[in-house]
Amino acid sequence: MDEVAAHVAGDLPSGSYVNIGIGLPTLVPRHIPAGRDVILHSENGMLGIGPPPAPGDADPELIDASKNLVTLVPGGCYCSHSEAFLMITGGHIDVTVLGAFQVSERGDLANWAMPGDKIPAVGGAMDLAAGAKQVLVMCRHTTTDGLPKLVAQCSYPLTAPGVVRRVYTDLMTADVRDGGFVVVETAPGVRRDYLERVTAGRLVWPGQDGRDEPGQAAPVMTTNRQAQTAKD
Amino acid sequence: MTKAMTTPAAGPERGPTAPAGPATGTINKQVASALDAVSDVPDGATIMIAGFGESGVPSALIDALIEHGTSGLTVITNNAGSGERGVAALFRADRVRRVICSYPRSSGSVWFERRYAEGAVELELVPQGTLSERIRAAAAGLPAFYTPTATGTELARGKETRSFGGRDYLLEHALPADVALIRAQRGDRWGNLIYHSVARNYAPTMAAAAALTVAEVAEPVAEPGDLDPEQIITPGIYVDRVVWAAAS
Repeated sequence: MDEVAAHVAGDLPSGSYVNIGIGLPTLVPRHIPAGRDVILHSENGMLGIGPPPAPGDADPELIDASKNLVTLVPGGCYCSHSEAFLMITGGHIDVTVLGAFQVSERGDLANWAMPGDKIPAVGGAMDLAAGAKQVLVMCRHTTTDGLPKLVAQCSYPLTAPGVVRRVYTDLMTADVRDGGFVVVETAPGVRRDYLERVTAGRLVWPGQDGRDEPGQAAPVMTTNRQAQTAKD
Repeated sequence: MTKAMTTPAAGPERGPTAPAGPATGTINKQVASALDAVSDVPDGATIMIAGFGESGVPSALIDALIEHGTSGLTVITNNAGSGERGVAALFRADRVRRVICSYPRSSGSVWFERRYAEGAVELELVPQGTLSERIRAAAAGLPAFYTPTATGTELARGKETRSFGGRDYLLEHALPADVALIRAQRGDRWGNLIYHSVARNYAPTMAAAAALTVAEVAEPVAEPGDLDPEQIITPGIYVDRVVWAAAS
């Protein structure tokens, strides 16, 4: 999934404030291109998460929201937990990258509970999904059992309805809009008929949604990448 | 519950409208030991415990509460503890009847899991930002607020939803407590506090939301004026007792 993480990282504009969720998205920070200032936010009260500490150099109290030992980048700062969430629900966080159990074609996100969980736990998932300006999802295209994660309707409990803007999977990148997954890019060697088979929600191909001229190539990365290019 | 606010000093009797307390004397919120600091917390109290993961957990105060024998607690905290120490020790000692919490499931949260499976402890699950904001509302004297978080989810069940500007919000109520147990790096006799990195987390908000706030500090308690006023995060007005964590 490192290729996918690199893809996500490439779409994070310089100067953006970003919250990285638990699970697969934790691969993203290491792929942020050198020289690009992407400021990572942590729910426990930190702006500017740095890399893990060198061995023997750890501050045991300096952890991120996943409770991993981290460092603070130069220029980073601390704040209270309640201020960290003010940044989220107040719409100050530009992008959050979250994992998912399921995403529906209407952008509903299910990523906090599975049927049969012995102990329910929600954390900051619902706050991030409802509050960040852009919700990006990074996940495998199917479950370990081969079931589609991109669905017509989520069967797992929702984290937030209608919030996911774009999904990055090992097979494709797609924008979620107008009731479908609008394919932006496919991974090398992934054929259209295969994608149709492993996706349960509505897939929309370039030229099919009435926005693009028939026969026009897929738009390769929309607003994010353009913004980033302009700033780089 | 009485507050140890000032050193004893005999003052004249005041009229019914005057604030309670002695007419003279210096403020000294320092308490000799963690046990002294929590020994009047009654059984069945609602207590906030600061900390996120193992960072910023007031372990000396928790240990003192256990040693004192306090039980039947309602605990408001982010996680349900991990391993044997800190919040986990309260579950191990079976002192918690109810926990209001955001993320109780983590690697090593064995004692909470055991008590929860036994039916010994009730769980109220709250989205993390909503938990913090409910505490902040209590601190600010606001009875309730509307939040976008959790609308359209199963955690919205039974809660009032209202539309503002075409978007749905949930009504959430303030979450006050009898006691807040917090940890800071440094504190002075007036209760002013400075934190270390993200160990700050819930402490400043909880300090202002509880009827009685007890702070353990990592360094010996300082004199008023020793802490740089530009660095103080929690003003002493919110803090009732300060104890050096290593004093007990």
